[in-house]
Amino acid sequence: MDHCSAVQKTFSRIRYGSRLLLLLFGLVVAWTNANSVMAETTGFEQIVQSLTTSKFRDKEKAVRELAAVQDKRTMPVLQALLDARLYYRKADKRVVIVERVDGQFRMTDPVTAEELGTVPKRKIKKIGINNKLRKLLKSKLASLSLEGPDPSVRLSAIEQMQGQLDESQYLYIKKLLEQERDDDVRSAMVAALALYELDNGSADQRIKAIEVLSGNLAQVVSNRLQALLEQDDLEKEVRKAAIKALDRINERLKINSIIETTFFGLSLGSVLLLAAIGLAITFGVMGVINMAHGELIMIGAYTTYLVQSVMPNYTDLSLLVAIPAAFLVSAIFGILIERFIIRHLYGRPLETLLATFGVSLILQQLVRTVVSAQNVAVSNPSWMSGSIQINAALSLTYNRLFIFIFAMIVFVALLLILKKTALGLQVRAVSQNRSMAKAMGIRSDWVDAMTFGLGSGVAGIAGVALSQLTNVGPNMGQSYIIDSFMVVVFGGVGNLWGTFVGALSLGVANKFIEPFSGAVLAKILVLVFIIMFIQKYPRGLFPQKGRSAEN
Amino acid sequence: MSYLQQYFQSDRAGNSMLGALLAIAILVPILNLAVPESSVFHVSTYTVTLIGKYLTYALLALAVDLIWGYCGILSLGHGAFFALGGYVMGMYLMRQIGDRGVYGNPELPDFMVFLNWQELPWYWYGFDMFWFAALMVILVPGLLAFVFGWLAFRSRVTGVYLSIITQALTYALMLAFFRNEMGFGGNNGLTDFKDILGYSLQSDYTRAGLFAASALILVLAYLLCRNIVNSKLGRVVVAVRDSEDRTRFLGYRVEYYKLWLFVLSAVLAGIAGALYVPQVGIINPGEFSPLNSIELVIWVAIGGRGTLYGAIAGAILVNLSKTWFTGVLPEGWIFALGAMFVVVTLYLPRGLAGLITRKQAQT
Repeated sequence: MDHCSAVQKTFSRIRYGSRLLLLLFGLVVAWTNANSVMAETTGFEQIVQSLTTSKFRDKEKAVRELAAVQDKRTMPVLQALLDARLYYRKADKRVVIVERVDGQFRMTDPVTAEELGTVPKRKIKKIGINNKLRKLLKSKLASLSLEGPDPSVRLSAIEQMQGQLDESQYLYIKKLLEQERDDDVRSAMVAALALYELDNGSADQRIKAIEVLSGNLAQVVSNRLQALLEQDDLEKEVRKAAIKALDRINERLKINSIIETTFFGLSLGSVLLLAAIGLAITFGVMGVINMAHGELIMIGAYTTYLVQSVMPNYTDLSLLVAIPAAFLVSAIFGILIERFIIRHLYGRPLETLLATFGVSLILQQLVRTVVSAQNVAVSNPSWMSGSIQINAALSLTYNRLFIFIFAMIVFVALLLILKKTALGLQVRAVSQNRSMAKAMGIRSDWVDAMTFGLGSGVAGIAGVALSQLTNVGPNMGQSYIIDSFMVVVFGGVGNLWGTFVGALSLGVANKFIEPFSGAVLAKILVLVFIIMFIQKYPRGLFPQKGRSAEN
Repeated sequence: MSYLQQYFQSDRAGNSMLGALLAIAILVPILNLAVPESSVFHVSTYTVTLIGKYLTYALLALAVDLIWGYCGILSLGHGAFFALGGYVMGMYLMRQIGDRGVYGNPELPDFMVFLNWQELPWYWYGFDMFWFAALMVILVPGLLAFVFGWLAFRSRVTGVYLSIITQALTYALMLAFFRNEMGFGGNNGLTDFKDILGYSLQSDYTRAGLFAASALILVLAYLLCRNIVNSKLGRVVVAVRDSEDRTRFLGYRVEYYKLWLFVLSAVLAGIAGALYVPQVGIINPGEFSPLNSIELVIWVAIGGRGTLYGAIAGAILVNLSKTWFTGVLPEGWIFALGAMFVVVTLYLPRGLAGLITRKQAQT
């Protein structure tokens, strides 16, 4: 059995590379791996099995032996023993780690990590421990994790111990600190020691400890300092130092929360930017109101969904495939809309608005009929989940970070297309003076179709990004259309930089108002602000300069 | 603009529409109340309420046509004024419930008791009196339109910009009315009405009365609008639509004309909402949704804008087909509505009324 799982593991590791050589190499590695695992297993398994003895002295011996074996599987076993989750099956005396699920016990083999199914309580027996054993387990577990080779394990171990050291652990960590090389672990150790001294040291030691802790953002630190301040017989200097330290911590927390809000705001802003930038092209450059813009975003999101269902085993890759696919699909829809409807309505913006609204209704209903009226599930690739931990109080999620970067890339790409390519030059020429551009030999209807395709394609790309943040459903486009228009109009029509500044500033403003007013009221306030702003500056933040009259 | 001149001189289509409206205002209640149910000519109360609802929609469409057809202001937020009028009426009807609510509180409507509110918010005072509510039906939408229009027209926000910010206005109001803290029943809105002016809303006579009132007010509003567009002021308004700058250069204060018309239109929409609520028995924030406002623009577009009677016909026709479609083929309605938007703007820029005038011009 060990053979099989190890080979499988190795195989799955190299599944993506399909070359024969690699495969052969893999087989060899797998074979040798499996052999060595087998050799270790026998020893390890024997010791684990010896835990089933009823004599505490033998159990103690087994625990000491387990701690001495350099094995990754040791810690879960000891931890389970400490938590009273280590049992053995009455039938064959096989040791298992259990987990309580709905009154039943789900068993895992501690040696092979194999799932062994669920059983009722009467089929298994707990391996009991006494206080002496418990103490031994605690210290063995602590030293196993603190002296282990992996710094992240050491770090989480020390973070768990912060604030609950006893004297022996305090001395032990003090000793360990001298050999520790990793900076993060070192500072966590220093904090743990300081927390101990805070409670047990002399006044001088306490002040020193407070100085060490000041600026530390861990929750336990501020709790302890707070508790310290509540003591009545506190020395004056210690109190002063503690108050100062708490002030500093609160100040840093405030800065952190500002950074966090700004990040959320920029994230919202980047979503707005993605949704609005396609519109900035079709509306801004061509003066065409496309109410179906939101539905082009939705089509992009559904394309992501389709691509994922075509290649279900490659979620990580599918998103990268979906980006060009969504661009193409939405661009084709956009060009069709332009060719069949908008082309006939140039110079009648209000009619264009109504006709494209009809298109948006049709597209929504089409999705409802063809796919489903319910939301569809778009999965997130593994590289987009998780977050970066900046410090104890601040972490930024990867998906928001990636979408922000992605929005920036799309923006720069569009800017380059409009400023550096022949198409961009023609687009700008047509948008500034259609008849003059025509006179210079530019095929204005071809340029219109291409511009519209470009703007629609960008909407599709926005759909890919949004599918990672929000629900994908037939109505998703509608919720973005008003926001997008607000961004474009606020930033100034015909100006991509205006859209950029508009989107990010509205996003940030929204997130900064939210804590005071709640999400809905924040949105209303921003809308009202924009309505007022447009009254004062009808041409937006960055108005297009020109000599043409309004009508 | 020959078709316009034609209608300044004679409004044959409009006159026949007025005749028809007056006829149904009298006939339908009689057929409902006096004719026994077994008869072929009996009109069920359901139908009365349904047509009554259409008539309030028609009044709303008339209000939109007045500003869009004659002044070129495409408001995508007129549903907001309609809903505000509806909420004002809803507040009156809520207060009329008195202690007959589920919680039996004589002062507070049920939803406030449910939210643990202790006293009536100040803005609910006075709504137990009909005259006050009726005044508010005019004042609330009118005031909002005045403030909004004054700001917008003074700074010369026109065309698509205006359309978009009117849409933002109704969207913001929708979000606001969804909040429980606003004190208008949140998500559920106002409902469970009992009676109006002492008459039970469930009774056939009250329903017939509301129907007749809707028809008569529609007739009066039509006459008012026709008088306005035929007056000197109406001609200036049309001039604004056709060339705003030129009118301004001729010395007219364009923004005053637009503002005046916009406020009037909002008041008409508010009255329509106030007539709508007692007939359908509920008002909720969904009425503010931008989709509603834009849908009512298509009623006007299909009927034919700039004709007044076209708007009324369009509203009734589209809603009739909506009722029919959602009964027979619920999925198909959105397709049909979407197709209407496209086909009408592409091939029927003057709507159905345009078809009639074209035929008349040919003969």
